[in-house]
Amino acid sequence: MSGAVDLRSGAVEFDVRLGRRKLKGEIFLWVCFAATAVAVVLLAILLVDIMRQGLGRLSVDFLSNFPSRFPERAGIKSALFGTIWVVAFTGLFSFPLGVGTAIYLEEYAPKNWLTNVIQTNIANLAGVPSIVYGVLGLAVFVRAMSLGRSVVAGAATLALLILPIVIISSQEAIKAVPPSIREAGLGVGATKWQTLQGLVLPIAFPGILTGMILALSRAIGETAPLIMIGALTFIAFTPNTPLDEFTVLPIQIFNWAARPQAGFHELAAAGIIVLLVALLSMNALAIILRNRMRKQV
Amino acid sequence: MSDGLTATAAASRGGPGDRRRLAMSRARAWRERGIRGVLFACGAVSILTTVGIVTVLIWESIGFFAEVSPWEFLTGTTWTPQFIPRHFGVLPLVAGSALVAVGASLVALPVGLASAIYLAEYAPDRARKILKPVLEVLAGIPTVVYGYFALTFITPIIREIVPRTGVFNAASASIVVGIMIIPMVASLSEDALYAVPRHLREASYGLGATKFETVTRVVVPAALSGIVASFILAISRAIGETMAVTLAAGATPKMTLNPFESIQTMTAYIVQVSLGDTPFGTIEYRTIFAVGLLLFSITLAMNILSRVVLRRYREVYE
Repeated sequence: MSGAVDLRSGAVEFDVRLGRRKLKGEIFLWVCFAATAVAVVLLAILLVDIMRQGLGRLSVDFLSNFPSRFPERAGIKSALFGTIWVVAFTGLFSFPLGVGTAIYLEEYAPKNWLTNVIQTNIANLAGVPSIVYGVLGLAVFVRAMSLGRSVVAGAATLALLILPIVIISSQEAIKAVPPSIREAGLGVGATKWQTLQGLVLPIAFPGILTGMILALSRAIGETAPLIMIGALTFIAFTPNTPLDEFTVLPIQIFNWAARPQAGFHELAAAGIIVLLVALLSMNALAIILRNRMRKQV
Repeated sequence: MSDGLTATAAASRGGPGDRRRLAMSRARAWRERGIRGVLFACGAVSILTTVGIVTVLIWESIGFFAEVSPWEFLTGTTWTPQFIPRHFGVLPLVAGSALVAVGASLVALPVGLASAIYLAEYAPDRARKILKPVLEVLAGIPTVVYGYFALTFITPIIREIVPRTGVFNAASASIVVGIMIIPMVASLSEDALYAVPRHLREASYGLGATKFETVTRVVVPAALSGIVASFILAISRAIGETMAVTLAAGATPKMTLNPFESIQTMTAYIVQVSLGDTPFGTIEYRTIFAVGLLLFSITLAMNILSRVVLRRYREVYE
C-alpha cells in the first residue's frame, strides 16, 4: 500500500507504513554516523601506523645528526634548523603584508570595483595549488631576483602562499571589533590611524595572532613549492644567513619515504612524528589564544 | 576631518602656539595619508601575486609553444619530453590527474557528505565537540605525511587484495587524496546544511514527514548549491594535490583507466622535473611552465565555477 500526494508537478509517493519509514531513517542515521566515524578511525590508524614505525628511531641523536647514507646514523638537524629559519622569515614577510592588507580592506578601502577585485583575487589565490606558487617562486625569486636556492627565496614563496589565509583571518579579527570602539576613538579627537593603532588593533590582536599561527602551521608542512625552488635534500650544514641553502623537515621526510629500504621509512616516520608534534603544539597554542580571547569579550 | 576643523580654527586666530599646532596637524594629516598609502601597497601585493603567476606561466609557455604547437600539446597522447624521440602530448598527464581526482571523489564525496549530514542534522553536541576538531586535525596534516601513509600502509593492503598491483599505483593515491579532502567536503557542506532555515524543516515535519524524509527531500535539496560547490572545490583541490600523488602514484605518464597501474599526474611531473638537474632555458625546463599553466587554468576554472554555482543556484529565503 502506498499513498500519493500531488505537489506542484511531481507526485510524491510515500509509504503509509510508518514503522518502515522510521526504520529507513534509522539505517540512514547509522550510515551517516559510520561515515563520520571513518574520519576518526582513519586519523587513529594514521597516527598509530606512524608511531609504530617511527618511535624506535626517535632519539637525541636523531635530532642532532645530519642526514646520512646509513639509516642508523641519519638525523634531521639540518632539516630542523632549515624549517625554523624558513618559518621565521615566512612570518616576517607575511605578517605585515597580510595584516596591512586586512586593515586596508576593512578600514580604508572604498566600496568600489578595485576593492572588489582585490577581495575576489584573494579568494582565488587561496585556491591556487601550492605547486603553482613554487613555479612562481622559481621564476621570480630564484631566477629573476637571483636569490638562488636560499632561505629567503623559500620564505618569500611560502609567504605568498599563506598570504590569503593571513589576510582572511585578520579581516575576521578586525571585523569582530565593535564599531562603538572606533566611534569612541574618533569622538575624542584621535585620527583614524591613532584609533586603529591604539584601540582597534590591540583588541583584534589575539585573533590576528591565532590566524597567523595557523597559517604558519600550514607553511611548516608545505613540501612541493620548496622542492620547486630547489631546496636540497642532502644538506650537512645548518643555514647561517638568510642567503644560505637549506632543507626543511617535509622535504627530508619526502626524500626518506621515496627510498625503497625499510630503514629509511622508519626515519621518515620519526621525522613525521617531530613534524606533527610541532604542528599540534602550534594548533594547541592557537586554540588556547582563541579561548582566552572569547573570555575577554 | 576633525583635523581640518582644528587647522582652520588655528589659522584664523594665528598665534605662535597656534601656528605650531597647525604644523602638527598638517604633519598628522600627511602621516595619515602615508599610512593609507602603505596599507594600500600591502593590498596591491596580492594583486601582484596573481599578475606574477599569470605572467610567469604565460611568458615561459610562449617559449615552449614556439617549439611545440599548442595543438600537439593539448591533443597528443604520448608524453616523453626527456627521451628521444620527444613527444609533448600532455593528455597522459591530464588523464593521470583525472583518474586520481575521480578516485578521490568516489571516496570523499559520499563520506564527506554523509559526515556533513550527521554533523549538521543528527550529532549531539558532545559528539560534534569531538568530531569537528578531528576533522580539523585531518585537514591540517601535511600532504607529504599522507603520501607516506599511502606508500607504507594503503599500498600493501591493496597489493594483498589485488596481487598484480604495482608498488606505485593510482588506486592508493586516489584513496589517500580522498581521505585528505574529506574534511573540506564535510565542513563546507555542513555549513550549507546549517544555513537552511529551521522553518523549512518544521514545515516538513508538519506535513507528517519523518526526519529521514525531511533531511533527504527538504534539507539536502535546499542546500544543494552549497554542497555541489564544496564538491567542485574538493575536486579542484585533488587535481592540485602534489606530494601524496608523487609518492604513491609513480612517474609513468600513461593513458589508462586501470587504477592498479603506475601513472603520473600533472603535479607529479612538475615535481619530477624540478627534482632532476634540468638546465635553465631548455625545452624540458619550459615544460613545467606549460604544464603549470594548464594546471592553473583548470583549477582556477573549477574554483570560479564553484563560486558561480554557489551564487546562481542558491535558494534565497526571506
